[in-house]
Amino acid sequence: MAEHATLSDHVNRYFYTHQFPTMWCPGCGNGTAAMAMCRALENLGLDIDKVIHVAGIGCAAVAHWYTTFTALQTAHGRALASATGIKFADPELTVLVTMGDGDCAAIGGNHFIHACRRNIDLTAIIYNNFNYGMTGGQVGPTTPLAAITSTAPYGNPEPPFDMCKLAEAAGATYVARGAVYYVQELISLIERGIKHKGFAVIDVLTPCVTVFGRRNKLGSPGEMFKAQKKTTVSVEKAKKMSPEVLEGKLLRGVLVEREAPEFTEEYDRIIAKAQGKG
Amino acid sequence: MRNKGQVRLMQGNEACAEGAIAAGVRFFAGYPITPSNEIANIMSQRLPQVGGKFIQMEDEIGSLGAAIGASLTGVKAMDATSGPGFSLKTENLGLAVMIETPLVLVNVQRVGPSIGMATSPAQGDVMQARYGSHGDYAIIALAPSSVQEMFDLTIKAVDLSERFRVPVILLADQVVGHMREKVVLPSYEEVKTAYRPEPTVPPEEYVPYRGDERGIPPMAKFGTPYHWYANSSAHREDSFQATSDYAVSEKLIHRLTDKIEQNKKEIVEMRGECLDDAEIVVLAYGCTARSARGAVIKARKEGIKAGFLRPIVLWPVADEEISGVADTARAIVVPEMNLGQYAHPVREAVCGRAKVFSLPKVGGLPLSSHEILEKIREVQRDG
Repeated sequence: MAEHATLSDHVNRYFYTHQFPTMWCPGCGNGTAAMAMCRALENLGLDIDKVIHVAGIGCAAVAHWYTTFTALQTAHGRALASATGIKFADPELTVLVTMGDGDCAAIGGNHFIHACRRNIDLTAIIYNNFNYGMTGGQVGPTTPLAAITSTAPYGNPEPPFDMCKLAEAAGATYVARGAVYYVQELISLIERGIKHKGFAVIDVLTPCVTVFGRRNKLGSPGEMFKAQKKTTVSVEKAKKMSPEVLEGKLLRGVLVEREAPEFTEEYDRIIAKAQGKG
Repeated sequence: MRNKGQVRLMQGNEACAEGAIAAGVRFFAGYPITPSNEIANIMSQRLPQVGGKFIQMEDEIGSLGAAIGASLTGVKAMDATSGPGFSLKTENLGLAVMIETPLVLVNVQRVGPSIGMATSPAQGDVMQARYGSHGDYAIIALAPSSVQEMFDLTIKAVDLSERFRVPVILLADQVVGHMREKVVLPSYEEVKTAYRPEPTVPPEEYVPYRGDERGIPPMAKFGTPYHWYANSSAHREDSFQATSDYAVSEKLIHRLTDKIEQNKKEIVEMRGECLDDAEIVVLAYGCTARSARGAVIKARKEGIKAGFLRPIVLWPVADEEISGVADTARAIVVPEMNLGQYAHPVREAVCGRAKVFSLPKVGGLPLSSHEILEKIREVQRDG
């Protein structure tokens, strides 16, 4: 079905075109990430009435302004908490959560690690642009050491989180990293994350040209997209590379994929037990 | 076993949890905090028995967030906490108000500020319950005075939250939360609570934030062909952003407030005693109402024309009913376990027609009927 759909069929099915143009800056990678999520849903053939799009606040958390799914915009950082309530109350729903790196890893960090630990069947898509784009490019928990931001004008004195390592350590059962330059790969990573039974995290590297790129002299949008060829390497290729060559590069692809008891299914067993059927 | 009408000795928090089960609450998200813990403990045991769901979240913010999410799927949801947790929840309380999500939030008040005294009662969160989250809005808050009311008012809170699509705060206190009293439990099958208004038009005609004649919009369940956007930003009736559209934002704020304030006749509830000829009325709520009533009875025995008025609904304020007692009363005494928080709306309601005397007490010891009687005598003598 997917291969026969035209681009405009796809756009109209998944996006409110009357909301276009998007608020994203020219050259921003977020539109690619949002499109990749919808392509993944299309490939899976899911009933979009049963898809819920949850978001916090920030440049990433406006994707739901444009998607046609039933959506919830929470307070800043709280998307995963409410998404947990939605999924737990109605496990039939496919719940997708889009968050920026600040939304997810800073103010929402506690909800993030516990959602990972709980292994509830949500798909968390982190639009990781290394800074707070919407508020003018402040330093965040994923900003590289020494990078310049509006609140780190002399360079960031703090080391960043690797979101994938954080997710893995906290117990997420599917962890992947994609980059908007590698869009087909990104679609398949999200698709696999949605299919995965358990908490799935997809860390999506997306250039913030206007505030992060400009301050750090990373070049034009095209240059920032292309730079992902140098700053990232696929898990498969990395296997054949020496640690020296891999130094400073982020791995792309599926980093963790394992089976573990899923929270809502575990709770079904609790209900059976409480009712004397377990 | 618990489904048949019966008389039981219960703790207040236990009665609250049972009231929730009776009212059809089938989702509870919580976080441990004294003196509300028993509510979560009991819900974790009772909910799966009736096919409901309990989750202990990672923090107070997360638990109200989860309750909001659950409510959006069409389930009656609840959360319970106390002072420090209530402060954290005011963020998500604002979200629930903005996206008009029915839910019940219990605050078993303890002494503040900050960590204060975890096991001692207070009524210090009265203003916070009404005004705690940023911006202008309205909520409903109920104040139980007994274990029976911990049961009954939890049911009422669920009903009001569903009817008005608003978070309802059960503003209990450590006294009513922890004491044990006789409770008459109805058969749970006989307990009826409202369910939120649902859309009656086809999905393509659904306007998610268009209020009915009372300002209450129909609410579609998440996961149905009615796609809508529960939007924490200022939004239009169609739910999309109202960025820089000040008229839309102004109208939204008025509707969110007016749907409660303009419909308060359907919401407010008062109990009164000895009011017909009362010259001095004691207005009290929550645990303090118990000793206040005792003080009024004693004052009557002394020949003082004292009366007793107890708002069961604190917010919205029953201003007409409060003002009504000023037809006979020259003074209203407001004893409360704070520094005079509810005396403010009482003064506003009577608008100078009677003198309002605040009788504040803080620190964790309840007001005794003797202390309140002393105040009545003083007002009789000097006021």
